[in-house]
Amino acid sequence: MEMSGEELINAPKEQVWAALNDPEVLRQAIPGCQSVDKTDDTSFAATVKVKIGPVKATFKGQVTLSNIDAPNGYTITGEGKGGAAGFGKGGADISLSDTDGGTLLSYNVKASVGGKMAQIGSRLIDSTAKKLAGDFFKNFNELVSVSKSEEPPAVEENIPAPAAPTSDTENSQEPTSASWMKPSILIPVAICVAAVLYFLSQNS
Amino acid sequence: MSVENGIGVSVKRKEDQRFITGNGKYLDDINKFGQTHGHFLRSPYAFAKIKNIDLSAAKTAPGVVDIFTGADMTADGIGGLICGWGINSKDGSPHVAPPHPCLATDTVKHVGDQVAFIVAETLQQAKDAAELIDVDYEELKSVTDVRQAAAAGAPQVHEEAAGNQCYDWEIGDKAAVDAAFTNAHHITKIDLINNRVSPNPMEPRAALGEYDPGTGEYTLHTTSQNPHVARLLLSAFVGVAPENKLRVIAPDVGGGFGTKIFLYAEETTAVWASKRVGRPIKWTADRSESFLTDAHGRDHATHAEMAFDADGHILGFRVSTKANMGAYLSTFASAVPTYLYATLLNGQYKMPCIYAEVQALFTNTTPVDAYRGAGRPEATYVVERIMERAARDMNMDPTELRLKNFIQPDAYPYETPVIMTYDTGDYPLTMTTAKDMIDYTGFAARKAKSAANGKLRGIGSSAYIEACGIAPSAAVGSLGAGVGLWESAEVRFNPTGSVTVFTGSHSHGQGHETTFAQLIADQLGVPFESIEVVHGDTTKVPFGMGTYGSRSLAVGGSAITKAADKIVEKAKKIAAHLMEASADDIEHSHGVFSVAGTDKQLTIGEIAFAAYVPHNYPADLEPGLAENAFYDPLNFTFPAGTHIAEVEIDPDTGVVEVVDWAAADDFGNVINPMIVEGQVHGGVAQGIGQALLEGVVYDDDSGQLLTGSYMDYCMPRADNFPNFRVETTNTPCPSNPLGVKGCGEAGAIAAPAALMNAITDALGKEIDMPATSEKVWRAAQNA
Repeated sequence: MEMSGEELINAPKEQVWAALNDPEVLRQAIPGCQSVDKTDDTSFAATVKVKIGPVKATFKGQVTLSNIDAPNGYTITGEGKGGAAGFGKGGADISLSDTDGGTLLSYNVKASVGGKMAQIGSRLIDSTAKKLAGDFFKNFNELVSVSKSEEPPAVEENIPAPAAPTSDTENSQEPTSASWMKPSILIPVAICVAAVLYFLSQNS
Repeated sequence: MSVENGIGVSVKRKEDQRFITGNGKYLDDINKFGQTHGHFLRSPYAFAKIKNIDLSAAKTAPGVVDIFTGADMTADGIGGLICGWGINSKDGSPHVAPPHPCLATDTVKHVGDQVAFIVAETLQQAKDAAELIDVDYEELKSVTDVRQAAAAGAPQVHEEAAGNQCYDWEIGDKAAVDAAFTNAHHITKIDLINNRVSPNPMEPRAALGEYDPGTGEYTLHTTSQNPHVARLLLSAFVGVAPENKLRVIAPDVGGGFGTKIFLYAEETTAVWASKRVGRPIKWTADRSESFLTDAHGRDHATHAEMAFDADGHILGFRVSTKANMGAYLSTFASAVPTYLYATLLNGQYKMPCIYAEVQALFTNTTPVDAYRGAGRPEATYVVERIMERAARDMNMDPTELRLKNFIQPDAYPYETPVIMTYDTGDYPLTMTTAKDMIDYTGFAARKAKSAANGKLRGIGSSAYIEACGIAPSAAVGSLGAGVGLWESAEVRFNPTGSVTVFTGSHSHGQGHETTFAQLIADQLGVPFESIEVVHGDTTKVPFGMGTYGSRSLAVGGSAITKAADKIVEKAKKIAAHLMEASADDIEHSHGVFSVAGTDKQLTIGEIAFAAYVPHNYPADLEPGLAENAFYDPLNFTFPAGTHIAEVEIDPDTGVVEVVDWAAADDFGNVINPMIVEGQVHGGVAQGIGQALLEGVVYDDDSGQLLTGSYMDYCMPRADNFPNFRVETTNTPCPSNPLGVKGCGEAGAIAAPAALMNAITDALGKEIDMPATSEKVWRAAQNA
């Protein structure tokens, strides 16, 4: 499966960066994520519970980051094992850039699944990935907003960002769930894990 | 004299009473005291090395009794699975049969390959424990497509098989064919894919293994079409136990279609492990496992060329096929694309010469073996697609081209250039019958009417032939078969006149309990309801080679008839004694024994009683009335006929509606016309399924099975079919005492070519199976 696209994050790049570097934020933002542990400077282990159609499993993912260009982009590759459910593996190029109304996260993902997930869930992979990514951005946007209110300096810096949506009616709809219906990043497993780890790596 | 419920009567199937009232006893309905549940951990990779298997966490999981890997089976001296038919390549070398372990040892070669067997108190506990097994795989590049497997540089599935080749086999006269082509007036060429299909019996495969430490005897309940063959393989080759210590029972089995002929890893592992854990172990496949591990069917890529003279007579036929064997050689896999395929490439025609070569290749896919028709549908598909195409190329009516080339009814026995000797038939009759049934001459008007409604209408024929009644033991032995293909039966009278018939054939939907009872009702005059047919148990039935290749009636029924003849011979002696006459003067008709020229007579029931209560009995005769017989057929049987399909296609949606279907089949004598018609319906339905909807798809890159559930593997439903018109003609088979030919596979053999010929007629262009709406729509848009 190959997917590419971009998502508007309702916050300026530095704040997105800061929040994404908080493992706890990522753990909360990634749907079904139970743990994120750094294994070395560029590697992480994550545990994510995923349900694709009739297949439900806990995936243990190993993720490696490369081409790190903080705070602008990286390449992430990983593999998640889900026991009887099979496995997911893949990679993604992700980049962040400033834009009106916040930060644009662009992604280009290649991923594949194996075992029961491929056998039963292959036709559900795209829609599941879309939903997981949508959930991720929804959670993430909410978490970013919270952290803003708790961190006065960040809030100060980012006043223009929250303002942007209100100043532009078209853009104001972007951060809502509607915008996340666009083709999204993460494949069921590898993608979720990938996003998390990317941000974690930046934190390191 | 016709007999009530005898031969030729459409008796309702007696077994259906228990099936439709939920009283059938299938394997999963059977439970044993102390039973445990087995579950297989399977490879999620198409091709990978196993670097390590860590069972430590799983072994201590709740409810786990034990867990086994390939190393355990090897240590216990348990061998792998074998292929029972040896094929030699062109150069004389035997086919390559790499090891086929029940549980993988160092590599897995297809998605679903068995890695570990978990035995636990409950199925859920076994599945939970499987989650805790940590297998360290090193994934390898895989290959799934048969043409890619043959290409240079393709991943090598087995070290033993260079270039992935299992064999490169040939049949026929290459030089003669080459010469015929140089003199040809017209040559038609065609490339065809015979799509891989999944058999999908309603009941999944299952096994229940148990070991009795007191007697040292194993008992295996398994969903088999041939329990004796399973026992033979388990004993002689796998080495689980000697045959006298191994009982194999195949109870009610819910459909087989070929895929339950073979001996699989699962039942082998379950029966072996039952001794290890000291308790019965049950394993039942879920549907996902069925898709992954039931041997698939077909999967050929073929190039064919046919040469004609100026009048449209066939001069020669040249065929080159690549056959996908899957990751391992299944039990009879090697025979399917060779002696069950290329020997039927002569079709119903006078072909002066044929040359066929078949390259069998290994891929990282589920093994491929016999599926309803087994080789013969693939042959018919090639012959009948190219005949139709040739007729169109030469601007002839396709049925006229066939009629021009048919072997004529007075030409039997007819020897083909590909080793078969056709015994009897009337191909012009079945063709003209089918044409009349479907109003062939009225097609042009119907096509015009469809066109006026914006629809594309097409008609296509398939004049198929099959070799059934498998098979003369000496003949198949000379071709590489590892077994004889006779059948056995016992007809046992009980003292009160009822009869138990033991047959080595196995019914898994065919209606043997009815058809075989009709034979005895007719031959011995016993009331239909007083006859019980017993099958599927190696300790009850003398021996058996099972059911496949439309052989049950032609071979199994003939064995029953032979046993019944012995009964009659003995009964005549008893009757002669009781009626104080000479045995030579005793006449027999449907169970009534009379003294010629008198009104003295006895019924078979009275004679049976006298045989078991021999107070007044011939001194030189054994008591009892029970006879065994083994029957080895003299020749294959050759059912043949013509099916004609008519379709209407909506070019805006690509939906193909099968609007009419005519099947004119020559099955020889028919015992139960209703059951025969049902078999034709079922076969045609499966053939239409293959042509229109079904297809196993693997991901080219990862080797993953993408059609692993009914969401992605499309089975036909009732609304895909018209009302089938079914008629039979009859040229009795001369090589068996019943004059029967077999009917179980005909529909599946005939249907795909007929339907694809109709679809390509409507579209005016060639497409491959399955003719899905998308494929048809694209073709219609680009017309």
